Amino acid sequence: MSASSVTVLVGGEAGQGLVTVGDFLAKALVRAGYEILVVQDYLSRIRGGHNTYCVRVSPDPVHAPPENVDLLVALDQASLALHGPLLSPGGLALAGEKTDLGGLPGLNVPYSRLCPRPVHENMAALGVLAGLLCLERSWLEGLITERFAAKGGDEAALNLKVFSDALDWTRESGASFACLPPPMRREKRLFLNGNEAIALGAMAAGVNFCSFYPMTPATSVAAALVAPGGRMGVLTEQAEDEIAAVNMALGASAAGARVLVPTSGGGFALMVEGVSLAGMIETPLTVVLAQRPGPATGLPTRTEQGDLNLVVHAGHGDFPRAVYAPGTPEQCFDLTFRAVNQAEKWQSPAFVLTDQYLADSYRAVAPFDLEALPPLDLPGLETPDPHGYERYALTENGVSPRLIPGFGEHLVVLDSDEHTPDGHITEDLGVRVRMVDKRLRKGRGLEADAVAPSLAGDAAPEVLLACWGSSLGACLEAAQTLRERGTSAAVLHFSQVWPLVPESFLPVLEGAGRAVMVEGNPSGQLAKLIRQETGFAFHGLVTRYDGLPFTAGYILARLGSPQGTSTVAGEEVSA
Amino acid sequence: MIPIDRYGNIETAWCPGCGNHAILGAVKKALSRLELAPHQVLLCSGIGQAAKAPHYLRCNCFNGLHGRGLPPAQGAALANPGLAVIAESGDGCSYGEGGNHFLAAMRRNVGMTLLVHDNQIYGLTKGQASPTTAQGQVTKFQPGGAPSLAFPPLAVAVTLDVPFVARGFSGDPEHLAGLIEQAVRHPGFALVDILQPCVSFNKVNTFAWYKSRCYKLGPEHDPTDRRAALDKALEFGERIPLGVVYRGERAPYRPDPRVRRPLATSRPDLVKLAKILEEYA
Repeated sequence: MSASSVTVLVGGEAGQGLVTVGDFLAKALVRAGYEILVVQDYLSRIRGGHNTYCVRVSPDPVHAPPENVDLLVALDQASLALHGPLLSPGGLALAGEKTDLGGLPGLNVPYSRLCPRPVHENMAALGVLAGLLCLERSWLEGLITERFAAKGGDEAALNLKVFSDALDWTRESGASFACLPPPMRREKRLFLNGNEAIALGAMAAGVNFCSFYPMTPATSVAAALVAPGGRMGVLTEQAEDEIAAVNMALGASAAGARVLVPTSGGGFALMVEGVSLAGMIETPLTVVLAQRPGPATGLPTRTEQGDLNLVVHAGHGDFPRAVYAPGTPEQCFDLTFRAVNQAEKWQSPAFVLTDQYLADSYRAVAPFDLEALPPLDLPGLETPDPHGYERYALTENGVSPRLIPGFGEHLVVLDSDEHTPDGHITEDLGVRVRMVDKRLRKGRGLEADAVAPSLAGDAAPEVLLACWGSSLGACLEAAQTLRERGTSAAVLHFSQVWPLVPESFLPVLEGAGRAVMVEGNPSGQLAKLIRQETGFAFHGLVTRYDGLPFTAGYILARLGSPQGTSTVAGEEVSA
Repeated sequence: MIPIDRYGNIETAWCPGCGNHAILGAVKKALSRLELAPHQVLLCSGIGQAAKAPHYLRCNCFNGLHGRGLPPAQGAALANPGLAVIAESGDGCSYGEGGNHFLAAMRRNVGMTLLVHDNQIYGLTKGQASPTTAQGQVTKFQPGGAPSLAFPPLAVAVTLDVPFVARGFSGDPEHLAGLIEQAVRHPGFALVDILQPCVSFNKVNTFAWYKSRCYKLGPEHDPTDRRAALDKALEFGERIPLGVVYRGERAPYRPDPRVRRPLATSRPDLVKLAKILEEYA
């Protein structure tokens, strides 16, 4: 068993109810005051196949996916073969009474005796887990009642009985496992994943229009906007395709809506012309791109950080943009709020880059402080001089006063062609140059507003792990391990990856003994972008592109000697 | 009536003799009769010669991407139902590049009007076959004849129960203005397919060609009879009917009534959001 955390992995076929076991356990633990981190692995199919729901729990904060498994709930035989080798010393495998544990330490749970129907096996598994981890019965009973009460009938009572019988059976079986240390947290926390946090951040920012075409792993952003129904006043529309989704959003935005468009890499590729349009018509647009491995359809349900190049360069011609890359659900909330506001303030497209791992990773999150949110940047509705109004008036900072059509006698003229200050088509080449310059001037403002990379750990460290987006947690844990081994280490996390402001990070990179970029793509896209912008070449690169998220162990194994004297095991950035 | 000159009198880049001129005049006339002031109208278009129409009319305008006039039009109409939203573009833009959007818009039935300048040829790119070019018609780019079947916009619209389906002709701008007026007044999605000659690139479907074939639907046609409407929609050849082909009763798209529109004036209710946060606890 790991020293500070316990990892429960539920494995089985899609449709066996493994998410229910994991979900109940994780949510009950959050309510009880524990820290959790969930990693979900699933296949691109509706039933069957092998899926896992993995909960890492600790009284202390947990940042990254685990290396090993302490309790393996095998809902099918394949789970034992696949995950048995990951079982930590002292760990246990739980399987049905007729299953051969194959020499693994574990328990054969008499599901047929405990469950009236096979459909209740997940509740029995939950009871066994509660018994082994010494969880208070009431933590889960409350949750079970809540969830099943809605279904009516005697479902709640039936599930409660199965849970309770399984818990009693576990205690009587004399199975030994370490109880969880008592929880540390007392205040209420939320149980949510990255995509839900993005949707909540969007709603806080006043997003009231979302057009989308479903694509894993972005769909749950739209789902979380749909879930509160019209209560938050969000109009959601499932468009006929991604091209329609982005263009529809731009029409709504032009008419004064605050818009969010969630998609994944392949869908975003279709939206690229619309992104250029947003740049040209200077109409606010926020796109959430939940990355999955590409190219093309790639690995539809797995994770990667492979779309940074796509987003930073999306669109033809030059126009400014902001690209955010949250590393935690808290940052998902904050940076989506910020993206929507920046898109509005600078009338330039903004992007939130997340990925499947973060999208599906549940955490315990302190309730967002809605009172402390900065004010919203909103367009004007009226002007004292409606007849002299020019949508693209040339200004010092590049931002022209934005008005909304229909709220006064002013006319708003938006055009995808190069246009005059009043918005009409022009082929005057002098106007062309002035308009390009005006649009690019907004880039200075976006740079001034850019979120500086955050530094955690030792100053001027021997090893500096640089990263962006969801790799933050694994890097923090890897750096902690390095420090425990006597190597000074720090993590530099880019939560905004464009525009890059060298003064905000170059001294840190140059002050490190060895600066290693950790990225979930094969080529080191951010490392290359930083080199392009600053000339700084990272000393090493750790990459992962097998579809799974980084773990601390993965990073450490590829860092080579913690002293940094040997070569990096991962690919070097080309010199 | 609003004086026509409030919609501007702007010099165009269209060819002399192009049907677009008459269509522009008809749109102005319809808006004037509808008493829609320029700031109450949003004209959306794609790319092409017809798509430049919004620039030759004083009103709000969203001139976007090729084939993409309809999605922003629907987005804007959803965001602010108080705006009179009109999408105006050519046959290539509306039925070819934007074909999927055309189908989806007809199914969605958001309250807005689509005016298609249908000259059965690509004008801006100099003479390729368009989706409505007759199969076999020879063009400079299809010397062996246009290989694909011509797209029948009205028949598709009637089949999809678009609640207002009409055909106009640039050669009869007064009649056309009446159709546009009715279309804008209609609460759901309204389609007006407008035949017009392309004097530069279409040597087959000329003004005389249309003039000799087009006839106005009379009182004997019942536009509420969908089967009769489909027959009229399919009539395209020696005789081409003009007028309201179909008028249906399908309810327009209605978003959740709790979504307060216009969206431009809605602000996030943080008290409600706090309650939603509690549901995640």
